[in-house]
Amino acid sequence: MAIRASKRKSDYGSVYRGHPGQWSWLFHRVTGVAIILFLFAHVVDTAVIGWGPEAYNRVLSAYENPFVRLLELGLVTAVVYHSLNGIKITLIDFFPRLTRHIKGISIATLLLFIGTMIPIAVIMGKQALDLWNA
Amino acid sequence: MMATTTEPTTSAPRGGGPPPSRDLRMGRERPLGGFELWAWLFMRISGLVLLILAVGHVLIMHIPGGGVSRIDFGFVATRWSSPFWQTWDWMLLSLALVHGINGLRNITLDHVERTGVRFAANMFFYVLGFTLFVLGTIIVVTFDPSKWPGAV
Repeated sequence: MAIRASKRKSDYGSVYRGHPGQWSWLFHRVTGVAIILFLFAHVVDTAVIGWGPEAYNRVLSAYENPFVRLLELGLVTAVVYHSLNGIKITLIDFFPRLTRHIKGISIATLLLFIGTMIPIAVIMGKQALDLWNA
Repeated sequence: MMATTTEPTTSAPRGGGPPPSRDLRMGRERPLGGFELWAWLFMRISGLVLLILAVGHVLIMHIPGGGVSRIDFGFVATRWSSPFWQTWDWMLLSLALVHGINGLRNITLDHVERTGVRFAANMFFYVLGFTLFVLGTIIVVTFDPSKWPGAV
């Protein structure tokens, strides 16, 4: 078992650890954990619909809060980051020669992430603000 | 799993492989390596599918029509009257749970050194994931809004 663990570590280490990519590696982990923890809760809150409209709408009213809306913006940010960075990882894994262009690919991924998030943040930020003012 | 030191010499890796000093380790590793390779491949393929399913899901729910404010019992009932969205949500449920729990397994493998603690943590996630998979599947498949007349 200890051997298995050390093998996995070196699998990651050869690609990420100690390289500039360690930040994207860390963000990938943090966003991944955040998403799965939310998913655990989200399956349960959605399952409440099986107990009828009164129960389900009562659960949803807990989300009807500007601070929760900002948390949801964080969730969308995490999903978008994890997806785009995951595509980057997959591309480099399947086409190892791309490793030569890792810096350019990382910058392109980051720009795509920022470019995607700007309109989303504006729209969801406005929704949170509208709820705050309501 | 805990093979004796005399066994692995018979199982040298195929295709050249690492130098003989690693053979001991590789021999014991091979069955796990096979699973690990499939798990590795699964993460990438499911990740590509989840790019559509998960990003699509959060954008559909949060962006148009005022975002999540428009979601209520009637919204979900209308949505799940379509087999397309039922299939979408069920695939999202299944793939995201397996992808996420395998991700957690990788994290415990990297950061939880004590095997007993790691086993317990993994088992907790497997049981939780399986339970949520069963719960979510039952709800998506059996949900029938006609049980509550006038609610939609």
